[in-house]
Amino acid sequence: MSDQREEIFQHTISVIVDNEAGVLARVIGLFSGRGYNIDSLTVAAVADNDSTSRITIVTSGTKMVIEQIKAQLERLVPVHVVGDLTLEGPAVERELALIKVSGVGEARVESLRLADAFRARVVDSTSTSFIFELTGKSTKISAFIDLMQELGLVEVARTGVVALSRGKTGLEQ
Amino acid sequence: MSSEQMSGAEIVIKALQDLGVDVVFGYPGGAVLPIYDALFQQNRIRHILVRHEQAALHAAEGYARSTGKPGVALVTSGPGATNAVTGLTDALMDSIPVVCLTGQVATHLIGNDAFQEADTVGITRPCTKHNYLVKSTDDLGRVLHEAFYIATNGRPGPVVVDLPKDIQVARGVYRNPGKVRHRSYQPQVKGDLALIKKAAEMLAEAKRPIIYSGGGVINAGPAASQLLRELVRLTGYPVTSTLMGLGAVPAHDPHFLGMLGMHGTYEANNAMHDCDVMLCVGARFDDRVTGRLDAFSPGSKKIHIDIDRSSINKNVRVDLGIVGDAAHVLEDLIKVWKAKAYRPDEKALERWWKQIDEWRARDCLKYKPDDKVIMPQYALQRLYALTKDRRPYISTEVGQHQMWAAQFYGFDQPNHWLTSGGLGTMGYGLPAAIGAQIAHPDDLVIDIAGEASILMNIQEMSTAVQHHLPVKVFILNNQYMGMVRQWQDLSYGSRYAESYTAALPDFVALAEAFGGAGLRATRPDEVDDVIKEMMAIDKPVIVDCQVAKLENCFPMVPSGAAHNEMLLGPEDMGEETSEAGKALV
Repeated sequence: MSDQREEIFQHTISVIVDNEAGVLARVIGLFSGRGYNIDSLTVAAVADNDSTSRITIVTSGTKMVIEQIKAQLERLVPVHVVGDLTLEGPAVERELALIKVSGVGEARVESLRLADAFRARVVDSTSTSFIFELTGKSTKISAFIDLMQELGLVEVARTGVVALSRGKTGLEQ
Repeated sequence: MSSEQMSGAEIVIKALQDLGVDVVFGYPGGAVLPIYDALFQQNRIRHILVRHEQAALHAAEGYARSTGKPGVALVTSGPGATNAVTGLTDALMDSIPVVCLTGQVATHLIGNDAFQEADTVGITRPCTKHNYLVKSTDDLGRVLHEAFYIATNGRPGPVVVDLPKDIQVARGVYRNPGKVRHRSYQPQVKGDLALIKKAAEMLAEAKRPIIYSGGGVINAGPAASQLLRELVRLTGYPVTSTLMGLGAVPAHDPHFLGMLGMHGTYEANNAMHDCDVMLCVGARFDDRVTGRLDAFSPGSKKIHIDIDRSSINKNVRVDLGIVGDAAHVLEDLIKVWKAKAYRPDEKALERWWKQIDEWRARDCLKYKPDDKVIMPQYALQRLYALTKDRRPYISTEVGQHQMWAAQFYGFDQPNHWLTSGGLGTMGYGLPAAIGAQIAHPDDLVIDIAGEASILMNIQEMSTAVQHHLPVKVFILNNQYMGMVRQWQDLSYGSRYAESYTAALPDFVALAEAFGGAGLRATRPDEVDDVIKEMMAIDKPVIVDCQVAKLENCFPMVPSGAAHNEMLLGPEDMGEETSEAGKALV
C-alpha cells in the first residue's frame, strides 16, 4: 500500500493498562519502534487502588495505520482495553496549559483582557508577568498561545489531551 | 496448594518443575550462581551447558519448535543477557515460545552501573513478547507461572524474567497457582462463527481458490495440520505454504504447490497471483511472501485467519479477517462446510488445476546437473532420498542452503523443520539442532548449513560433544556467502564485496578437534557414501560437502518485483534490480 496518497487522520485513543513499572515504556516503545506518531500522550493512575492507569494518546496516520496502532496496543500484555474515542462516537477532549506572559503597559492589559475572553485564570502574577491557566480543546489553547506571542509569551507547559467518551458507559464495560 | 518458605533460587527451580520443564539451556555466571546451586541439588531438570548464550536461546527454540512445548534458557546478567538478545528477537519474529531467565545485579545496585549490569528489561522490551523484573521473592512463583502462560498462549513468543541476585537469595513463599488466568492477557482462540460461515461461503464460490498456510498452523499444534489436510481433501483446493509452515501439508500431496514467496515455486506464486479467493491461515503476508505489495494477488478476495489481530490488515488489506487459533477456526470452518454440504465448483476447479499443471510443467526447481562438481540441489536431493525414512528433524542456517533445503527437502509432518525465517539469523541451525536432539534423543537431527553461517556458532560443536548429541551438520560449502553473492550478481554488477570467505577452516579437522567426526565430499559420486557414513556415526558429525561455487538459487522473485515476474534461472538474470527494489532488504 502506498500510504503517501492516503489521507491522514488524527485519532484520540484511550488505553487502560496495569499500573506497573515499565508499562509506559512499552507503549512509547511500540510507537517509536514501529514509526507511529505521538501528537500527545498523558498518563495517570485512575483506579481506586492505583491498580490501573489510563493513557490517552493522540496519534495520526492513515486508516490502516490507526487500525494497526490499536491492534498493536491490544497485544501488549498489561493492556486491558483500547478505545478509539474518535471512532466510537462523541467524546469530551480537554487539555490544560500553563502560559507565562511577561510585559508592562498596554501589552499586559491586553493579555489580561484576552485571558478573560478565553476564560483563562491567573494563577501567578508579578508586577511584570502572569501565569495563565487555561483548559479546553487543544485548538483553543493553541489559539490563545498564538495571541500571546506578541504580548510577551515566555514559556508554555501543556498537559496533552485527556478525553472520555460521552454518555453513561465507560471503556471497561 | 502447599506453601512454604524457600530461597528465591529454590522457588525458581520448584516453579520450573511444576511447569513441567525437563531441560534448561544455559550458561552460568555471577548473577545466577544461586539458581545454578539449586539446579545442582536436584535431578528433575537437566541443564545443557552451551558455549554462548545466543546458542542457549536457539537451542531452546529448537526444542520448542520440535516439541510444541516452551523452551527454557538461563543466562547471567550483563553480557549473558545481551548475548541472548539475538535469540530472543529470533523467537519473537518466528513466534516461538521461549522463557529466558536472566540474572541481574542485586536490587540495591540496579542503576549504579554495577559489574555485569545491563538494563535487561529495557534492552529486551522490544524483542520479547513480555518481560519482568522480579523485585520480591514472594512474587517469583506467580511471575514464572505467568511467564509460561504468556509465552505459550495466544501468538507464542519469548518472555524474559530478570532475577536480581538478592531476590534469588532471600527466602519467600511459593505457591503453585495452577492454571493461570491473566487479568489482562486473554487471547481469543475461537473465531467468530458468523465470519467463519462467510469464509466457507466465499470458499465454496471460488473459481480459482488457493490456501496459503503459515507457521501459525504449526504453532497451533499437530491437530491444526490434520485439520488443514482435511480441508484440502474436502475441497480439493491447491495449497501453498510459507517457509515457516512447511510440513503442515505433506510435501508430496498432489494438492501442495510447494513453498511460495521470493524463492517459492513458479506454480505457487502464479497461483497466488491469479487466484480469485485466497485463504490465508496463520501467515502474515511477510515481504518475502508478497513481493511488491501493490501487485500482490490483485484480483482476489482474501480471507485471513490469525491468532494475532495485528497481523490482519498490517501489510495487505483483506476482505475477511478472522481472529482465532488456526486449529479452532479450521475445525469450525470444516464443520460449516460439511453442515452446509458445500461443494467446490468442479468445472472451474478443473480448469484451475489445468492451469496450475501447466505452471508445474515448467519444472521450476530444475537445475543443470553436473557429473564433476556437486550441485547443491543434487546434494540435498540425495540427502532427502537417503534420510527421509528416518523422518529427521532438519534445521538450517540462513542463506542459499536454507532456501534449497526448503525447496528440496520434502517435509511430511509438522515440527520437523526448524529454520530462522523472520529474523534470518545465521548461526541458528547448529544450536537449534542441539535443542531438537535433546528433545528427541533417538531421532536423526541434521543441520543443513552453509560454510559461512556455521562459523557463527561453531563453538556449539563442543556442547554437542559434551552432551553426546549426535547432530549432523551438513555444510553446502561454496566458499561464498552465497545469498549475498547472489544479490551482488543481481543488483551490483557481480562485484563480490566481502562475500568470499578466504581462509576457511578445514571442517573435517575442525570437527575432529571438537571431538566429533568430519567427512568430506568433493565429487558427486561421493555424496551418497558420505551421507550414509554420516548417519552411521553415533556422534556429532560435520560433513564438508564442497559444492558448485557460483550456483544461484531459483526461482526468485527479485526485490521489488511481483509474483508473476519470477526469475526462473540464470538466463533471466539480465536486468539489474530496479532502484526501488535495491532499497528493499
